[in-house]
Amino acid sequence: MTFSALVRVNLRRHWVRTGIGVAGIAFGCAAMLTILSIVLGAIGMFERILDTDSQVLVFERDVSDLFFSSVPAASAAEIRRLPGVAAANPVLFGIVSAPGHPIVTCFGVENDNPRLSGATWLAGDRATFGPADGAVLGERAAAFLKVGLGDELPLGHTTFRVAGIVRTANGFEDGGVFLPLASAQTFFHREDLSSIIAVKLADGSAAAAFKDEIARRYPKLIALENREFAQGYSQFRILKLTGWAVGICAFLLGGLGVANTMLMSVFTRIREIAVLRVCGFSKLQVARIIVVEALAMAVAGCAVGLALGFAVLFGIQQVPQLNGYVQAVVSPLVLAGIVATSIVTALIGALYPAAYATRIEPAEALRYE
Amino acid sequence: MSDHLRPAQSGTARGETRRSFDSSRGAARERFVGPAVQVTGVWKSFDNGRVPVLEGADVTVAPGEMVALWGPSGSGKSTLLHLVGGLDRPDRGEVRVLGGNVDGEADRVRLRRHHLGFVFQLHNLIPDLTVAENCAVPALAVGRPPAETAARIEELTAAVGIAHRRAHRVQDLSGGERQRVAICRALMNRPEVLLADEPTGSLDEETATKVFALFRDLVRREGAALLLATHERRFAEACDRILRVSHGRVLPL
Repeated sequence: MTFSALVRVNLRRHWVRTGIGVAGIAFGCAAMLTILSIVLGAIGMFERILDTDSQVLVFERDVSDLFFSSVPAASAAEIRRLPGVAAANPVLFGIVSAPGHPIVTCFGVENDNPRLSGATWLAGDRATFGPADGAVLGERAAAFLKVGLGDELPLGHTTFRVAGIVRTANGFEDGGVFLPLASAQTFFHREDLSSIIAVKLADGSAAAAFKDEIARRYPKLIALENREFAQGYSQFRILKLTGWAVGICAFLLGGLGVANTMLMSVFTRIREIAVLRVCGFSKLQVARIIVVEALAMAVAGCAVGLALGFAVLFGIQQVPQLNGYVQAVVSPLVLAGIVATSIVTALIGALYPAAYATRIEPAEALRYE
Repeated sequence: MSDHLRPAQSGTARGETRRSFDSSRGAARERFVGPAVQVTGVWKSFDNGRVPVLEGADVTVAPGEMVALWGPSGSGKSTLLHLVGGLDRPDRGEVRVLGGNVDGEADRVRLRRHHLGFVFQLHNLIPDLTVAENCAVPALAVGRPPAETAARIEELTAAVGIAHRRAHRVQDLSGGERQRVAICRALMNRPEVLLADEPTGSLDEETATKVFALFRDLVRREGAALLLATHERRFAEACDRILRVSHGRVLPL
């Protein structure tokens, strides 16, 4: 007989109890994988909106959310004239409501914005984008709003006409509405303002000098390279932290499940553990049995949980009502984090039961036979 | 040198052990001289001294000797076995097994792994394990190679007549068969000292007689010293010596 056989028998003997422990870890894994993948996917999509054909973002300093950022439109014209700047594209973000859809993301852009020039035009063409009442819809937005080229599209208290339908690689953009910048400024009562200016530099390595120049010229604005922005943007950080926190909370419940399972297992095996000690097992060997049993449960729970998580993610992405907003990104770091968290959870959950098992006095346990 | 290998300082009862042994399994084999078990002036009570059990007990067991602790239930036989096996600590007095004391945890673990075997009234086998797996538990504790373990299981189960049951789970066995498995397990690591606490106490008379005969023959063949706790006179008389346990004292009969 091997050590693993002893562990296997112990786990199999009370398979319902073992199953409950495994399920606790599995649900933790699945929750963490699902939440983090969706959060990271959402962040990734938002990052791609921002870094379309640009290296640096200019926005209002100390703003908590880009939707509240106000950058004077005149700044865009000035920035375009700065040395080393190849392009500067203002974008105004907003949220509009459409019949049956209270939240539709809106992008106010200029005619030559690379978002539209890089998109696949499924209906209409670049030339049709520009009239004040014309709106270009992402493919999924057109689908869920059930409108086609030339149709009227009520947004808020204004009616636009569908001037084009585009397909982009980004879920947010595909589910959004593009309005001419001037129309969007009027619609959102933010005349002469944009949310950001996406800047493309002629020489990408000159970003530092450009950022210094922006800081000097516009004290109320800040310029960040896309990478810096992604790392420092408070909304992203909050989202990531929330994802990890919710996931870890799910794991804590799983850990309690493991602790409970192992503790019950030890309680029902007091005489058996005493016999092992009588047969020459050291306290460390007894503790090892408990810990390995918990680890085995963690590994099984992790495998089941990841499979469950992937199934949930796949299922979510098939739901048409989600309009493609959910584009899960399963990062290797997240997977490693989930595996590590489940193992640490199991180890912590096994600590007290293992310590309890080592304190069992063989004589005491066997005295009342 | 291990404490258990040290020559006894005094009180040899029957002289030299009948075979050499090594305590660490891998260390040079050395010969031990002295009693297999020596209990000197041991006192033990429970419930903070309110329940005295042993009051100055003295026991000496020579290597290879079979000694019966005979007395009624509650006389302290099991407690004495637990003290010898390092499962409990005396309030006073000294317990030495193969010349070494059993005070430290490491000493007790080493002793139980390599030099002591236990047989209980209730077999205390691990349910859901097979006969062979139960027998292998002590070998697992010392990390013995599987082939060696398998050979030893084959030898022992054949000796007690349950070789054909090796692959069966213990809950499928009769009481007598289970106790034979427990005997095999106790002898797995070739202990020099065997501690048996009413090993046939849970069996019917006929089975008990058969199992005890097998047990005694096997212990004799293995050359181990036996300290047998029993309340049955006939089993006590089958040993080399009988010690009567009464009122906390151990007296020769």
